[in-house]
Amino acid sequence: MSRLTVDDLKRIKDQQKATFTLREGGSRVKVTVHMGTCGIAAGARKVMEALLDEINKSNVSDVAVTTSGCAGLCSKEPMATVELLNAAPVKYGSLNEEKMRKIFQDHILNGHPVEEYALVVGSETAY
Amino acid sequence: METYRTSVMLCGGTGCIAGGSLKLKKALDEEIKRRDLQKEVNVVLTGCNGFCAEGPVMTVYPDDIFYEKVTVADVPVIVEEHFIKGRPVGRLMYKEPVKKQTIPLMREIPFFSLQVLRALRNKGLIDAEKIDEYIARDGYQAAAKALTEMTSEQVVNEIKASGLRGRGGAGFPTGMKWEFCSKVKGEQKYILCNGDEGDPGAFMDRSVMEADPHVVLEGMIIGAKAIGANKGFIYVRAEYPLAVHRLQLAIAQAKEYGLLGNNIFGTGFNLDIEIYLGAGAFVCGEETALMRSLEGKRGMPRPRPPFPAVKGLWDCPTVLNNVETYANIPQIILNGADWYKTLGTEKSTGTKVFALSGAISNIGLIEVPMGIPLRKIIFDIGGGVPKGRKFKAVQLGGPSGGCIPEHLLDTPVTYEDIVQTGAIVGSGGMVVMNDLNCMVSVAKFFLEFTAEESCGKCPPCRVGTTLMLDLLTKITEGKGLETDIELLQDMSLDIIATSLCGLGQTAPNPVLTTIKYFRDEYESHIKEKWCKTGVCKELCTFYIDEEKCKACGACKRVCPQSAVAGEKKVAHRIDQSKCIQCRSCYEACKFDSVKIGPRSMRETVENITDQSALRDKMIETLAGKEE
Repeated sequence: MSRLTVDDLKRIKDQQKATFTLREGGSRVKVTVHMGTCGIAAGARKVMEALLDEINKSNVSDVAVTTSGCAGLCSKEPMATVELLNAAPVKYGSLNEEKMRKIFQDHILNGHPVEEYALVVGSETAY
Repeated sequence: METYRTSVMLCGGTGCIAGGSLKLKKALDEEIKRRDLQKEVNVVLTGCNGFCAEGPVMTVYPDDIFYEKVTVADVPVIVEEHFIKGRPVGRLMYKEPVKKQTIPLMREIPFFSLQVLRALRNKGLIDAEKIDEYIARDGYQAAAKALTEMTSEQVVNEIKASGLRGRGGAGFPTGMKWEFCSKVKGEQKYILCNGDEGDPGAFMDRSVMEADPHVVLEGMIIGAKAIGANKGFIYVRAEYPLAVHRLQLAIAQAKEYGLLGNNIFGTGFNLDIEIYLGAGAFVCGEETALMRSLEGKRGMPRPRPPFPAVKGLWDCPTVLNNVETYANIPQIILNGADWYKTLGTEKSTGTKVFALSGAISNIGLIEVPMGIPLRKIIFDIGGGVPKGRKFKAVQLGGPSGGCIPEHLLDTPVTYEDIVQTGAIVGSGGMVVMNDLNCMVSVAKFFLEFTAEESCGKCPPCRVGTTLMLDLLTKITEGKGLETDIELLQDMSLDIIATSLCGLGQTAPNPVLTTIKYFRDEYESHIKEKWCKTGVCKELCTFYIDEEKCKACGACKRVCPQSAVAGEKKVAHRIDQSKCIQCRSCYEACKFDSVKIGPRSMRETVENITDQSALRDKMIETLAGKEE
């Protein structure tokens, strides 16, 4: 590695931005992939991988991805919930990789929920 | 670059490593791989998280879930439940000690939420062994600013305006020290870092060096710019292997990036930094002794003036600052002196790191704004005194400091206010004592330390501390005279007035403060031959108040000498001939029925035992007659 310039400091910082936004808790969007036994059996892992892939490809730094257990609607798995800051959460059902990628582009990046995949707006109160 | 959905920040400070965090790291990595999550979940070994009492600890982001006392056996559960199914594991979370309420989020645990992090801002957030992670948190930007945009004078003025004072103990204004040295003419100047942390119970500097080694380097680069030095040394004690290892890595990484060496940031500024291992002598924390030791000589102080800023290492102008002081520098340069002064008081600005230890629930490392009352540190952040014991005193400033009693707990922690009590802020060791501590023994403990660590150069310290220790030993053995208290005070003042360096000048502080606030304990040791806490074995008698005894057997079970006699429903009794005054029965009793009397009671208690034995015998005889 050659000698660093002041601009290099900024470049290295930007490279790490995504990781640190998540650690510092400054995310704009939280995506919860439901990973109960039913979800995993229906292919939630593939959906998760597609989501992470999109995040890596698009280089966004403010999307937090978490998992949760079964959402109680096992027939509609795999499911995911997308929560934009200051907006009601949107639950999506019967997902696959393709649908997840579209949700990422339209909803997570551009803020337009994909109505045709959406199950419901809002979420049950949890702990 | 890969983005992980979950980051596990596992504490890799010395405390947690001793608790098994390296094994945990291996187990976590293996389990994550087995579940094919290695592209989603990342385990990072960080520096000291601070909550050492609960170690090994880890924080899971982005959820901010805090787990404590994690074992290898917990790993599969955490991975399956939390990382895959998103159900955090409740039983590993922090439980609030009084109401036993579980607090899942790190930011809501009082120990963390009441702290303000500046010197420790990267603790637990970065991998201490990766320079890129340090840079990601604005690392080296202050150095860049100081080197490319500021003159030496501007750097000095910014630090002066911030009011930052040396965090090693004496609290000398850092900016002034830099100004002196910058104005001295000299071909060769040195910038030194004091990592020779020696106070018992203090581990602030170790934590900074382990958790964030680059911040020390960056602080030194800025200091070097300010005074015009091109060579630096970090003096670390060899007992800190992990700190040394991480500093070595950090120096190598910084060199590779051109942040150390020649022509840094293309400005023509040069700086090399080397690590020097100290052998652990307490006196080498004193600046002139440290410099002698660095020169390869025996670590002994020399008189000042000339001050090191004029004649220091190898007689060249030298600035020496403490690790924590350097950790504050980059933030001041980046955010400005006015920002720095928003915390703290007028004369004690910013924050201070403290190491909490002793009789306190949350043993660990904390950073708080200066001016915060002691009570808040000990009871709100520290969680108070555990096991239902009573607070007695807090020892600040290690062997150079003093004991502060309960009625002064509202004293704000500033350099000026703490000195008023007779203690000093010191480097930040805070040892809490409960009602089981004998203050004479505490003073003796610290004197033992300083007498042992005195370098021997000047007689007031070498002879004086030994004589004081002899007097204290006499008192704890019951051979003290009533004049001894005054003699101790007299000697203390002489030693303070005539010792060459800070070691001797502060060594009597623990004795003076314990006499000032706990004189009654000295008096009862001397006059009544009574150590009311039962610490001084020669000066106490353990006996059981038979009225209060519930005959539960707790004391009988813990007695290593089988000196407690008694059975169910029969009040217990201690056989004085067997008792070794270990105090186990006293600590085990839940009904306050084990008592501590003066030495002279031993015979009386024996007599009582005899009398009741006699009475028992009489009853026996009478019963026989009736038959």
